[in-house]
Amino acid sequence: MTDPAPPPEVDEDDLTDDELLDTEGPAVEVRGLVSAFGDNVVHDGLDITAERGEVLGVVGGSGAGKSVLLNTIIGLRTPQAGTVRVFGQDIERASRRRWSAIERRWGVLFQQGALFSNLTVRENVGAPMFEHTDMARREIYDLADLKIALVGLPANSGDLKPAELSGGMRKRAGLARALALDPELLFLDEPTAGLDPISAAAFDELIKDLSDSLDLTVFMITHDLDTLYEITDRVAVIADKKVVATAPVRELEHNKHPWIQRYFLGPRGRAAAKVKTEA
Amino acid sequence: MDTEAQFSVRSAGEKPTVALTGDWTANNLGDAPARLAQALKGRGPIGVDIRKVRRLDTAGAYALIRAGGADFDVKTVKARPESGRLLELVAAAVRVEAPPVRTPRGFHEMTVRIGKGVVNTAYEWIDTLAFLGHLLVAIARALGYLVTNPKRIRWAAIFSLAERAGLDAIPIVAVTSFFIGAVVGLLGANMLSQFGAQVFAVELIGVAVLREFNIIITAVLLAGRSASAFAAEIGSMKMNQEIDAMQVMGVDPFEALVLPRFVALLAIIPLLTFVATLAGLVGGLVVVWAALDLGPAFFLQRIVDDVGVAHFWVGMSKAPVMAAVIAGIGCRQGLEVGGDVESLGRRVTAAVVHAIFAIIMIDAAFALLFMKLNV
Repeated sequence: MTDPAPPPEVDEDDLTDDELLDTEGPAVEVRGLVSAFGDNVVHDGLDITAERGEVLGVVGGSGAGKSVLLNTIIGLRTPQAGTVRVFGQDIERASRRRWSAIERRWGVLFQQGALFSNLTVRENVGAPMFEHTDMARREIYDLADLKIALVGLPANSGDLKPAELSGGMRKRAGLARALALDPELLFLDEPTAGLDPISAAAFDELIKDLSDSLDLTVFMITHDLDTLYEITDRVAVIADKKVVATAPVRELEHNKHPWIQRYFLGPRGRAAAKVKTEA
Repeated sequence: MDTEAQFSVRSAGEKPTVALTGDWTANNLGDAPARLAQALKGRGPIGVDIRKVRRLDTAGAYALIRAGGADFDVKTVKARPESGRLLELVAAAVRVEAPPVRTPRGFHEMTVRIGKGVVNTAYEWIDTLAFLGHLLVAIARALGYLVTNPKRIRWAAIFSLAERAGLDAIPIVAVTSFFIGAVVGLLGANMLSQFGAQVFAVELIGVAVLREFNIIITAVLLAGRSASAFAAEIGSMKMNQEIDAMQVMGVDPFEALVLPRFVALLAIIPLLTFVATLAGLVGGLVVVWAALDLGPAFFLQRIVDDVGVAHFWVGMSKAPVMAAVIAGIGCRQGLEVGGDVESLGRRVTAAVVHAIFAIIMIDAAFALLFMKLNV
């Protein structure tokens, strides 16, 4: 691994928010990541890169450390070793202003939605805007309603509390909140897990449409083979504590790694591939 | 009809065979597995025939496999196809052996537990200090916002929490304090009238209520009402990943959750203590009036003349400390909640117990301090 030459010293205060972050290069870059819980090593020298504008799927067996990887990238977990760069910034060393600039450019959809349970859906979607913009309450709620409609929730759901929503609606509301600040980078943790096939397909389509029209970079953890075939540009496979392959899903089918073979050429993988070929 | 699990061993021919009959299901096994194991023990290879078994479930299959011993091959069992399949499934599951975990026993276990306890206590202290540091930073930042950008302070949360933890607690605080004042009055009236000093019951009530009971009652009730609520609210948000969501959104949980609770309690506890003082005095007044026939005007005059305002300020001076401790302990225990429901329950309990313990300790420390200061 060669580090790029250190950037010339600039005073951060002279930069506008947009200049704080790299506009070129990969959106997410993880190098040599080591994560461990006590003696249990989850990642050992893991590298992964999400290029700008692509939809990157991340797959791996249960317990392979997909969620740990996500938590590390979004800064909820400090890795034992390795670097995580988001928009070119090392998130462990980023200054407060840079952090804030990063936070405004990403959105995260947690597995269970993680909506604030004491706020309505509208207030949930508005929360990031209250935090990062100076817009008036009225404007924020109008924009929140727009996002709620954008993710395909019925108009009256803005006034509901998360507990009154179904699982699928909660995920959509979570997505609306993740999209609140029109992020460039979207993290999705098993977006279609627990949804019925119709909702899952609709969710896939929604993410694909959004990523195409808003030029999103999507970092998506998923187990859903249909999702992988349908919307990902590349798929990274975590096995043996590393990313063993990153490639478009069609190429992965020919990979010789035993886990990948079992994953894509098992009965479910073949069915998903077949559907995609016929479509 | 269920039939009991049975078997018979036939030694005829060159190879002995055991034939199973009846229902080999969990409900009907009885002592058949033990007898079967006894019968097969030391016999070497033996043919097994289970075609006559009426019903076989996993418990029956497991009993047969265990009785067969280590080198028992389920493939040799004569069985109907579905029973054979079940036997193979169970045999495959039996073969998966969990890696042996050596659990320490006896003296060794005791040393391990003591060691863990000591280390955990040390970590607990470190975490408490980290919490305090984080809270101080949040307070400093909030003071900065107060000057530069007051809109950033979460007024809505502070007011709603102050209402819930403060205004809603007024009735319970008042009633409890009223009765405590009355009880002190009764005790004083009884004891002091034995040597004709019943009039000093007023001083007793005044000092006890103004100095100690107003703040203790308020603080203990707040520990039960609010420390637990804070821990449960923050803990369930933690379990639901709401705190993670907050952090990735760039919201500091200390600023959004801990600080409003801290400020709300700090703001309302003097009010509640004042209410408790009034209610306690009224309780004492009623008792003195009824039992000693000393009227309200006399009671109040005596409080003003002989008890004095210093005792009131002694009681009130403890209020902010109590508020900080209750809010701090409640929020800290909430943030320590892990992923499971059990830890939520444990942390909520700990919040109340620690808070009440801390209240009593702090009150004792204040008593010593004021004694040395001769207040």
